Formats: sequence, structure tokens, C-alpha cells
Amino acid sequence: MKSHTSRRQFLKTASAAALLPLPAIAQSAGPKVVVVGGGFAGASAARFVKQADPKIAVTLIEANPTFTACPFSNGVIAGLRPLRAQQFNYEKLGDAGVTLAFQPATGVDAQAKTVTLSGGTKLAYDRLVMAPGVDLRWDGLPGYDERAAAIMPHAWKAGEQTLLLRRQLEAMADGGTVVIVAPANPFRCPPGPYERASLIAYYLKTKKPKSKVIILDAKDAFSKQRLFQNAWAALYPDHIEWVALSKGGKVNAVDAATKTLKTDFADHKADVANVIPPQRAAAIAQTAGVADRSGWCPVDPVTFESKLVPNIHVIGDAAIMGAMPKSAFSANAQAKVCAAAVADLLAGKTAPEPRLINTCYSLVAPDYGITVAGVYRPKDGVLADIEGAGGVSPIDAPRENRALEAQFAEGWFKTITGEVFG
Amino acid sequence: MTGMRLTAALAFALAMTAGAQAAEAPAGAASCSGCHAANSRVDTPVPPLAGRPAADIATAMAEYKSGARKGTIMDRIAKGFSDVETQAIAAWYAQQK
Repeated sequence: MKSHTSRRQFLKTASAAALLPLPAIAQSAGPKVVVVGGGFAGASAARFVKQADPKIAVTLIEANPTFTACPFSNGVIAGLRPLRAQQFNYEKLGDAGVTLAFQPATGVDAQAKTVTLSGGTKLAYDRLVMAPGVDLRWDGLPGYDERAAAIMPHAWKAGEQTLLLRRQLEAMADGGTVVIVAPANPFRCPPGPYERASLIAYYLKTKKPKSKVIILDAKDAFSKQRLFQNAWAALYPDHIEWVALSKGGKVNAVDAATKTLKTDFADHKADVANVIPPQRAAAIAQTAGVADRSGWCPVDPVTFESKLVPNIHVIGDAAIMGAMPKSAFSANAQAKVCAAAVADLLAGKTAPEPRLINTCYSLVAPDYGITVAGVYRPKDGVLADIEGAGGVSPIDAPRENRALEAQFAEGWFKTITGEVFG
Repeated sequence: MTGMRLTAALAFALAMTAGAQAAEAPAGAASCSGCHAANSRVDTPVPPLAGRPAADIATAMAEYKSGARKGTIMDRIAKGFSDVETQAIAAWYAQQK
């Protein structure tokens, strides 16, 4: 560890450097790390690579100067918190010595080891960390495209879509039907659709008690299922209905004009339709050649280096992480391991075998939290669960524990956003 | 493990890791700060780890693992680490500010 004084001096120098135009940075003497994507994975990686070795020139490429976090955005939909509580910027990352480029990355040349920005600038890298997140597959559900999403929001990328869904719920008359279409695995935030159904039910029970939520699911099982279903039976017996795949829950097509969701058995007409479509790693991952035919990115479970393209690491929702789910906690944990590995590799060292933790909080009601946790180690080329560890909140836990977990959920959000953006 | 034996094992492990104190976090340590804030200004009921005595952290983990201490989530997480891994993490956090 550096002494306090030298660290402070470094920060001053680094802040000045962060203001220089990009070409000047590209010529600096230390190794160069470029990070694509400024979400929980990418912003964490940029920060921790710089912290691991201040001599490394780190550039973070992100299209949007304002980050809108998905975790807790179901609370925004239910009217429990404002969207601005979800929003963060990258100023502190800049202060920490990370160079910020607010442009989309449009190309990666793995041979020349450069990333091209939409403005035409090429950034050279020694190691590239890709954390581009997911793209919604507009070809994944017939009838559901970007235009349909303006009528039947996905709200699976937080921001305007989140507010659109909230406005539609507010405008809905009492007695209305909200339909949530949940996708098959894998997708971003496995418990997310069910937390959303819960908090929408909470809103309906409070404000529009004759209304209900129907979940049309492409699966027969989901994350924290028994915990959710027990809580629904206790809190929302008249407000939530879950239709599993085997009960005809799979939606095959949608019609935006009439807000109709079509399954093999029925046409469900919704007053508010929230369609969460199939997903894949974002387009830049496909462009860079790090995604396989599944649409996701296979990686080494020690360094998170791509199994397809050398010197490119992939972390967060875009990557195939074995047993580790696509969550913000996972993304941040992977980023810290990846950052240390990248610094080790650039210093000619071997990265040690990591252990990773995931913790996912879900709110069933504002004072009712449940969790799933896991601890992971590399095994047979992927991250595997450490047996005997992890699992969900006890099914018979007293209500005080649910209240505690709801408080810890709030604490988690403040902590992780503080670590990444604070 | 009895309290005495735990304490002795801890003292030994801590002496070992203190001697080989590296800047790099031991396996698993990086994940903790997702919930245990590294920045003390964060308003959260989850206690910080940085700067706490290593024995406190390692004892808490051992008790979560055995079930002697009730937790909401740490009981499930503690079971994923061996005593040696936990002690290395505890020693590292004790050194952080």
C-alpha cells in the first residue's frame, strides 16, 4: 500500500491527466487498459484497475454520462422512489484517475488491439475489459420490437422505460389487468420479474385493489420461487397470478396495437403490458467476436479473459459465468477479481485462483426482503457453486428477518453504488 | 471448535498472514465490500470490515458457519470459506483503513 501522502499527490496528478484530450493519454508510458461499458461491472473494473496499479492508463468508454441503475428500479415503477435515486455520474471515477470517453464504442480490432469510438477515435489497449451488458433481442419475440416497446415497455434497462411503465400503472383504471411477460433463462436479474410483480401488486393493493398482475412465464421454475410464492399467498392472494410454461405461460407473439399477449392456449388482453424479451450480450461483444453462438461470452473463470479472443476480458451480464447469476453484485465482484487479474497479467504475474460471492436482494414489499446468495470457485472451466454454501433466505424465517433483509437491501444499494460511483 | 482452540488457531494464522501481508486481497475478500462499505460515510446497517480486529471478523465468520451466531445471510456465505481462507480475509481487512 502506498503512503497516504503519495496517494493524494497521485490523485492530483491523475485528475489533471484526466482532463487531457484522449490522444495525449494514448501516448502515456504505462500499460493501457480500456474498459467498454460503465455499468456496475465496467465502472468497477475501471476504478479497481487504476487502484491496483496507478501506472496503468485506464480509459472508460460509456455512451451515457448519466448512469441509471436497474437494482431498486422496480421501486420506481411502484411509485416508492424517484428515478433520480437510481442515477449516478462518473465524476468521482475521473477524480480517481480514470479517463472518461462518453461515446459509444463501435468497433474492436483484436489484432491491432484498438477500440474505435463512434467519433472515429481509435484507442490502443494492452488489455481490454468488455462490460457492455445486454441487448434486448428485437428478433426474439414476434411482434415485439423497439416501436412495440413504446406501448408495452420492457423497463429492463432503467430510465425512460421505467418511467413509462410507472405512468401506465398510474393511468390504469381500478379493475385493470397488468401482464408481465417473463423470458426463459438466461437473462439479466433472474429474480427481477418476480420482485416487479410483487411491488406492482403492492401498488395495486394500496391504490387500485380491484386490479391484478398476471405473470406469463416461459419457465416452470424461477429464482427464490418458494419465497416469492409464500409471500404472495400471504400478502397478495388476490393480486398475483403466475402462469408457468407447463400451464401455457409461454408467450409466442405479441400485438402492441391491442396489447395482446398470445400463448398456445389463449390471447391475454392487458391494460398494462410489461414485456421482458429474450436477451444476449450487447452488440459490441458480437462485433468484437467474444460472443459465441448462444449470444453470450465464454470466459476463463480465473481472469475472465475471453475464451475466444486473447487480451479481451468480459465481465458482468454479457459473460457466461457458470453458476453465478447476472446481477449487479456479481458484476461488481467479477470486476474486482478481473481488475486484480489484469494488473497481475500486465505485470507479468499469474493471477491467483479467486473466490467470488453473489448476493441478490429482492423486495416483496417495502418492509419484506428476501435473498439468494452463493459462493463460487473455478471448476472445470467455469465458476461453480461451492457446495454447502449459499442458498435462499429460510422459508420459515420470522417476519422480523424479512424486515431486516429489506433494510439490508437498501444498505446494499447505497454501499455498492458508493463503491462504484461515490 | 472450542473457543480456546479457535483463538490459538487464529493467533497462529494471523501471525502467518501478518508476516506475508500483501497489497493484493486474498481470495474472496474483494466481494465483501459489495455489502460491507469500504467508505464509512455510507449510511447502512451492515457493519464495516476495514480496520476491525482480525480476530473479531474471523470469530464472527466461524460462529456464522457453525450456526452459533444467527444471521440473515452471513450464515450462508460463511459456509463457502475454509477457516484458513476466512482468517486470511480477516487479516487483510484488519490492515485496511
